[in-house]
Amino acid sequence: MGIRTAWQAIAQSPRSFLTSSWPWRSLAYLLCGIVPSAAVAAGVIAFVSLPSSRAAPVVLPPVALALLLSGPLVARYERWRLRLLETAPPPDRRPAGGAGHRALEAGYGVVCVVVLWLIDLAAVVLSLLLPVGLVVTALRSADAGRGVQAAMLAVALLLAPLAAYPLTAWAGARSALARAILASREPELDERLVEVTRSRARLVDAFELDRRRIERDLHDGAQQRLVALTVALGLARLDLAPGSAAAARVDTAHEQAKQALAELRELLRGVHPQVLTDRGLPAAVADAAGRSPVTVATDVVLPRRLPAGIEVAAYFAVCEALANIAKHSRAARASVRGRLVDGVLVLEVRDDGVGGADPARGSGLTGLADRVAVVDGRLLLSSPAGGPTLVRVEIPCSQTVPSG
Amino acid sequence: MQPDGSLRIVLAEDGVLLREGLSELLRRFGHDVVAAVGDAPALAAAVEAHDPDVVVTDVRMPPGFSDEGVRAAVALRAARPSLAVLVLSQYVEQTYAVELLDAGPGRGAGTGYLLKDRVGDVEEFVDAVRRVAAGGTVIDPEVVRQLLGRRRDPLERLTPREREVLALMAEGWSNGAIARTLVVTEAAVAKHIGAILAKLDLPPDTDDHRRVRAVLAYLRA
Repeated sequence: MGIRTAWQAIAQSPRSFLTSSWPWRSLAYLLCGIVPSAAVAAGVIAFVSLPSSRAAPVVLPPVALALLLSGPLVARYERWRLRLLETAPPPDRRPAGGAGHRALEAGYGVVCVVVLWLIDLAAVVLSLLLPVGLVVTALRSADAGRGVQAAMLAVALLLAPLAAYPLTAWAGARSALARAILASREPELDERLVEVTRSRARLVDAFELDRRRIERDLHDGAQQRLVALTVALGLARLDLAPGSAAAARVDTAHEQAKQALAELRELLRGVHPQVLTDRGLPAAVADAAGRSPVTVATDVVLPRRLPAGIEVAAYFAVCEALANIAKHSRAARASVRGRLVDGVLVLEVRDDGVGGADPARGSGLTGLADRVAVVDGRLLLSSPAGGPTLVRVEIPCSQTVPSG
Repeated sequence: MQPDGSLRIVLAEDGVLLREGLSELLRRFGHDVVAAVGDAPALAAAVEAHDPDVVVTDVRMPPGFSDEGVRAAVALRAARPSLAVLVLSQYVEQTYAVELLDAGPGRGAGTGYLLKDRVGDVEEFVDAVRRVAAGGTVIDPEVVRQLLGRRRDPLERLTPREREVLALMAEGWSNGAIARTLVVTEAAVAKHIGAILAKLDLPPDTDDHRRVRAVLAYLRA
């Protein structure tokens, strides 16, 4: 990671900092703020104090209003100015923010023009006071002799680089403030997060594709062979005398093949549920509810098919919630309700069990939360001791999420 | 059906191994597999060409490897309401079962839906083919279990024994078969059935097929 801020430049290599562009950029950054603001301030003061404008109280409000309205413009300029100091400046455009954010920007613009430039000016003046003062003094004291003048100039020249430190430090602070306010949404970070989210979604999709492929391979291969095997064994039994030792052995083999088939089927259902692909979430949830040992009423109504990644995550979340109910809740009844509300898939799984579900104990709930988190969803749980338990899953289904 | 009770069957199954196994099995029991095909379009063509008594089809076939078999069965039933169809599925899902039962005007007459695993129990499987071809309804116990599991209050008024009888009824068994399974007399079964129908507000009906369909219609409503 390279040097990204003025402060880092000073801290990481205090000596080579002096020969870098940072001091000059810091100075330029501060002057860029001071000069226009000073001009505006001078203009306002001159206008108000003109002998002809006696009605200063009348003129001031429009001036103040103009200042206030210029806030966004100033903020834009400030944002542009940040480029002088930051290797990764916030985008020139206004970051996506609400009305509150716009008001903050406008306020910041006004503060810049009215107050901050004065502090900037003070910082520049104080930093340069010693070397510049020495130079001025040396030039003025011509009577002190050339030797003294030369010595003073030499000291000024030696001290000049030192001014770079406070100057740059203040510029760094100033730009950090500007960035904090103008780019409070951290668009750069947002972009990175979006990219992370996308790459995660791609990964999930890739996994899902793999799972489907595995399911199909096993369906076409092992499962078909096992069914054919049970048929062959069933036929073989017909040829054997009932009650014979061979018939008993074939019976055992037959049972084992059927058992293997049943286990394989359950395994494959866990890998990828075919009915989900074919018929979507409502049908798949209804079928999952049908397999639960607890009586489960389902009410999932969706206006359209959802992206495949979301369907899978939601389906397995429901399965996991139902499995938890069967294992821990001692519930007699449960219900699953699903709706698309403002582009968010909301699934609620309720039961009338003993409650007290705790994500800290057991991995069921954590696994459920993980599944949902992968598609940017969240899991909410209400499970007081004594019940009832409500698991609520919310998954945003905006079309921009590249799933499926 | 032929005079000797043998059936003319069109078989659709994309796995060659299993297709051969099922053909052999059905022939072994004296039935005539007039065509054995590997995908849904070929199934439609074979039905057109051979006008079979019954179709036995896998759910998942090329080209989509999705639910072509169910869709083909629904389409076949819509075009030929008298055609009996037995669908075999790798997973038994009530969703598919309900779609099949709703296909065609007969509401489940001559319809079967079984887990593929069941073909290993060769005699039961061939019996299911025969019952479907005779206009009966055969529903996998797993589906019935799912349907019973989601049901509402009236079912809770049934005794455990009545629930057992109801499940077997829904699977499509006759009174005699239910009596043999539960090792009770047919009279006892008839008594249970009368009680069940009364509790569920279903009309008494002596016709096995119609009664099965009434029960299934009730369960999936």
